[in-house]
Amino acid sequence: MARTRPPVDTKQQPGFATMAAICLVLLYGPILVLMVFSLNSGKIVMHWEGVSLHWYAVAFQDADFHSAAKNTMIIAVTATVVSTAAATLAAIGMTRVRPWKGLTAAFMVINLPLMVPEIVTAVATLSFFALIAGAFGINLGIGNLIIAHTVFCIPFAYMPIRARLEDMDLTLDHAAADLYAPPWKTFRRITLPLLVPGIMSGAALAFIVSFDDFTITQLVAGPGQTTLPLFIWNQIRRPMTPEVNAISTILLSVSILLVAVSFLITRRRR
Amino acid sequence: MVDLPVQAGSLEAEARKDAARRNRLLSSPAILIIALFGIVPLLIILVYSFLEAGPYGGVVWHFSTDAYVNFLFQQDIFSGALTFAPAFLLIYLRSVLFALATTVVCLILGFPTAYFMATRPQHQRNWWVLLITIPFWSNLLVRTLAVMFIIRDEGLINDILMRLHLISRPITMLYTNFAIELGLLYAFLPFMVLPLYASLEKLDFRLVEAAYDLYATRWRVLWRVVIPASLPGIVAGCLLVFIPALGAYVTPLILGGGKHMMIGNLIAQQFGSGRNWPLGSSQALILMAAVLIALFAYVRNTTGKPTNG
Repeated sequence: MARTRPPVDTKQQPGFATMAAICLVLLYGPILVLMVFSLNSGKIVMHWEGVSLHWYAVAFQDADFHSAAKNTMIIAVTATVVSTAAATLAAIGMTRVRPWKGLTAAFMVINLPLMVPEIVTAVATLSFFALIAGAFGINLGIGNLIIAHTVFCIPFAYMPIRARLEDMDLTLDHAAADLYAPPWKTFRRITLPLLVPGIMSGAALAFIVSFDDFTITQLVAGPGQTTLPLFIWNQIRRPMTPEVNAISTILLSVSILLVAVSFLITRRRR
Repeated sequence: MVDLPVQAGSLEAEARKDAARRNRLLSSPAILIIALFGIVPLLIILVYSFLEAGPYGGVVWHFSTDAYVNFLFQQDIFSGALTFAPAFLLIYLRSVLFALATTVVCLILGFPTAYFMATRPQHQRNWWVLLITIPFWSNLLVRTLAVMFIIRDEGLINDILMRLHLISRPITMLYTNFAIELGLLYAFLPFMVLPLYASLEKLDFRLVEAAYDLYATRWRVLWRVVIPASLPGIVAGCLLVFIPALGAYVTPLILGGGKHMMIGNLIAQQFGSGRNWPLGSSQALILMAAVLIALFAYVRNTTGKPTNG
């Protein structure tokens, strides 16, 4: 008789499920605690007294919060629009072509902002704007932040757009061309509509990284150019109230919502 | 008459080639933006690192190698004698140790998690990926703040322990090396899990079955089959954790409280209260050189070999 062995689920490894659970607790525990305590009615950040939306009301009446939210929106929306447009063009220019000399170099340039440590980008950008302010007297105000954000948003917008272009069926383009559609019309009527999910997903990611950026903004921002992450930073350097929890929860919700949307858009195509 | 379609065809091919050539130009706006506002600033700090510090920040346009000399040595104000001063070097070493420890712990926690994710049924896998992706894209400042609220003296952990009368005085956790390490682990764990998962998802589980059929133990299957097959993902994950952890700024800023610095804080300090932009520039370039060496080693070791992920 053949030797028998106890049936094993070949895919299972002991303790791995526990590790996965630990990871989830580690990743979500602090966020959930922060969110729950944003509903605390008491004055002390981590001392539970009761449920209320009091600190959200405080935040919404805070003039500093308003101006920080306004700055954040101006910067994030402009940087998203410009970087997504540039990234879309670049993705088309780098996938719908025969490989050309310098394509690898171009790809490296686009991805450069991902490879340089954020703090290095921050001090380099600070030096750049200090130099042009000193040498030419040019100070673009909040424009400095918009430019800095646009640079690091480009690779984030580029990735999903490029992935979408690479998955796309080129025979549709060729069919349109065979039916004598001029290149521009082929692009507008065939390529672009198919590319929209990639562009939306790229724009969502660009918006998130701009909306959330702290390091580069903190070093490049001039006086009075407070964004939401800088506003939170200013709050935690003072005696804190749960208002900071409420505002943090709002920021987290924006990212979570956009990630989920971007995730669902990219998933639907499969 | 007979020739016409052929001619039209070649004209069309010609037009397509032209269009393809024109398409190349489409990448120029993005490249120009990054070159002008991303690469030129790096060149500026390269130049700055060879200049003298201005009295109120900024630079004085005199050539000097002080920034690099001061990285290792301290100059006596009166005699001008150089003495070895390893303070900056120690911060770099500390940062490397923090980044290495973070990478190891992330791998120990992340590998089983990624393996577990990869062995779920398809529809569950997507939800797991979303669950790991959300922290990846969430505001790091806010997430770090959440850790601070939990571990500080008046924080959740101490509050609970004191109410249970397990301790009479709060355990100091904030502003310690432990706090920074915890914060780094928390910040970069998703960076490890996602590439590992991408690699393990492609694993051919028939190999695992074959190993069991040959009476391999679970441990041997893991060690001899699963891990070698997912090596590209492991390397990518380690790199994706190590590089940002080495240049971490927010985590030590909030959880180290200025007492326990890492490279990122050191650099920022030179541009802020330190008012020594050339020194800060040289420190930034040394950090970038370290990152580029790691990336270069990675590219050299991965190109030309068959990969799994």
